[in-house]
Amino acid sequence: MSILINRNSRVMTQGITGKTGQFHTRMCRDYVNGKECFVAGVNPRKPGEDFEGIPVYATVKEAKQQTGANVSVIYVPPPFAAAAIDEAVEAELDLVICITEGIPVRDMLRTRYKMQGKKTRLIGPNCPGIITPDELKIGIMPGYIHKKGRIGVVSRSGTLTHEAVSTTMALGLGQSTCIGIGGDPVNGLKHLDVLQLFNDDDETDAVLMVGEIGGTDEEDCAHWVKDHMRKPVVGFIAGVTAPPGKRMGHAGAIISGGKGTAQEKLEVMESCGIKVTRNPAEMGKLLKSVL
Amino acid sequence: MKIHEYQAKEILRKYGVVTPKGIACFSVDEAVSAAQQLGGEVWAVKAQIYAGGRGKGGGVKVARSLDEVRQRAGEILGMRLVTHQTGPEGQVVHRIFIEQGVSIEKEFYVGMVVDRGRQRVCMMASSEGGMEIEKVAAETPEKIHKVFIDPIAGLSQQQAEEVALKIGIPAQSVPQAVTLLQGLYQAFDDTDSSLLEINPLTLTAEKQVIALDAKMNFDDNALFRHPEIVALRDLDEEDPVEIEASKHELSYIPLDGNIGCLVNGAGLAMATMDIIKLYGGNPANFLDVGGGATAEKVTEAFKLMLRNPKLQAILVNIFGGIMKCDVIAQGVVAAAREVQLTVPLVVRLEGTNVDLGKKILADSGLTIISAENMADAAQKAVSAAKPSHRREVVSVRQ
Repeated sequence: MSILINRNSRVMTQGITGKTGQFHTRMCRDYVNGKECFVAGVNPRKPGEDFEGIPVYATVKEAKQQTGANVSVIYVPPPFAAAAIDEAVEAELDLVICITEGIPVRDMLRTRYKMQGKKTRLIGPNCPGIITPDELKIGIMPGYIHKKGRIGVVSRSGTLTHEAVSTTMALGLGQSTCIGIGGDPVNGLKHLDVLQLFNDDDETDAVLMVGEIGGTDEEDCAHWVKDHMRKPVVGFIAGVTAPPGKRMGHAGAIISGGKGTAQEKLEVMESCGIKVTRNPAEMGKLLKSVL
Repeated sequence: MKIHEYQAKEILRKYGVVTPKGIACFSVDEAVSAAQQLGGEVWAVKAQIYAGGRGKGGGVKVARSLDEVRQRAGEILGMRLVTHQTGPEGQVVHRIFIEQGVSIEKEFYVGMVVDRGRQRVCMMASSEGGMEIEKVAAETPEKIHKVFIDPIAGLSQQQAEEVALKIGIPAQSVPQAVTLLQGLYQAFDDTDSSLLEINPLTLTAEKQVIALDAKMNFDDNALFRHPEIVALRDLDEEDPVEIEASKHELSYIPLDGNIGCLVNGAGLAMATMDIIKLYGGNPANFLDVGGGATAEKVTEAFKLMLRNPKLQAILVNIFGGIMKCDVIAQGVVAAAREVQLTVPLVVRLEGTNVDLGKKILADSGLTIISAENMADAAQKAVSAAKPSHRREVVSVRQ
């Protein structure tokens, strides 16, 4: 098993007719089992059309009914992206992955509110997506840097996730599943949720957790790890040198009111039994040392 | 995005929030006639800059005559106001706000931010107004009362009353405080605020609850639906380098080191700064060129970094996923030629089309120090930034 997605997932793309949606749907379809897995697209203005053979439906509900799709990936532009998530949640999909960057926080507050008590899980927004190597890739990460293995990877950023993966690959370690949960302050799955899933996954032996400044997600996760995690976890936090009050690219990456510093996160993680490195080039080495 | 106090108060008044009467001014003469127009015997003369801590820095003064208004306004306009939020270089005051004086009985604090853990807007209020709220939060957290607001229902009457009573608003003033607190939340929600702070919220001698100060920040991602707020932007308050960067959709933050960093992705950009520091260097900036960098964008990024007189080396760290290394390499070569680079350039490329990218760099004839991985890149940049090495590189060029 992997977590959240595998070769049996059936995926629809919301925003399949836009440039980004087209490009990445093509890349994902061409990755291993993508051709069987990517079964539908959604655009309310273009039902009945198709994208390179993938049928386009007016609504998520219809796409689900017609194709059995249980997962959605969203490339809809920011002003409409939260509504796209709402639609997928209403249609009771299992998983929604929102790649879109720049969604207003106010929209996400309402979307997360409406998700309470619903079955749908959300990854993102503003994230690279999720990949179960050598099975299925849903998102914008380059497929070829990954290889099937037994390491779980969870990260708040995009290219730093690639970096993390490449430091482990250099030592011959592949991944069970690799998830980018995104850099926004109000989002779906947190580090903690993903670690719970890895803990119960019999194909994951250890977890590499990559965080960054801002918020307390990593700390919350570390406390859970201390009491519940049965597998080794190692970590890295970006932003030791980030000054307070300055937003470091991601909407969520800001040290405010003295909270959310990298130093504090690293200390909490260490105190909870998570081995950490302050050198991003050594994430793989650290991981190997705990196996 | 941030706005000035007087602009925030103007917005808040539309939501039933009571504030003292005031007029924004750009000159001493305007200030005097504003005071005349407002009437009364006491006025506050307040520097309008985005940073907090203005009072402590000497940017807020009380005047008891028109002559004193003239004198205070003259002192404050044009001064370089240094507060704990401006950094040591301070901020020049171009605008002042003349407000009617208020007889203060007690001061409170009320603020709102999005609480990430709860995924709700959190209203924080305290009986300890006027002080730095971080200090209250750190030393006496029990004095901060929090409520989490339902995004659909808004701040309920009951919640607002609870807040007012907990912080010690007298019973007779509670109904008015409720109106004010509900107005604050409505303003926060309607304008896509990311932060709203009233410090102090004041109980006057007449038992009226008023917002004596106001600070509002807005979610940059929501500005597309608030042209009225974008129109309030004061470019004098922003770092010219950051304004230039935002024009080219580059995320750039100047820091005080000497190694410029050009990276794709915010997380990797922070990690690059960290590893430079780890190997004994000092990053000159945070710079995320984003996912869709073109040759033009990379050139602009180089120009931004080179504005920094302290710059002694540049480190380009790219992990190409969707962004292809050959495109970046072309951008780096074009930029290096156009800007006539005078500092050593270290480039680390990884990911899609990496071999093609490396070949473009090697064939360019430029003096580029190529690095195999992040650690190698950081070490090379740190050693290249040392003065001895720098002279050597420059002399090779000559």
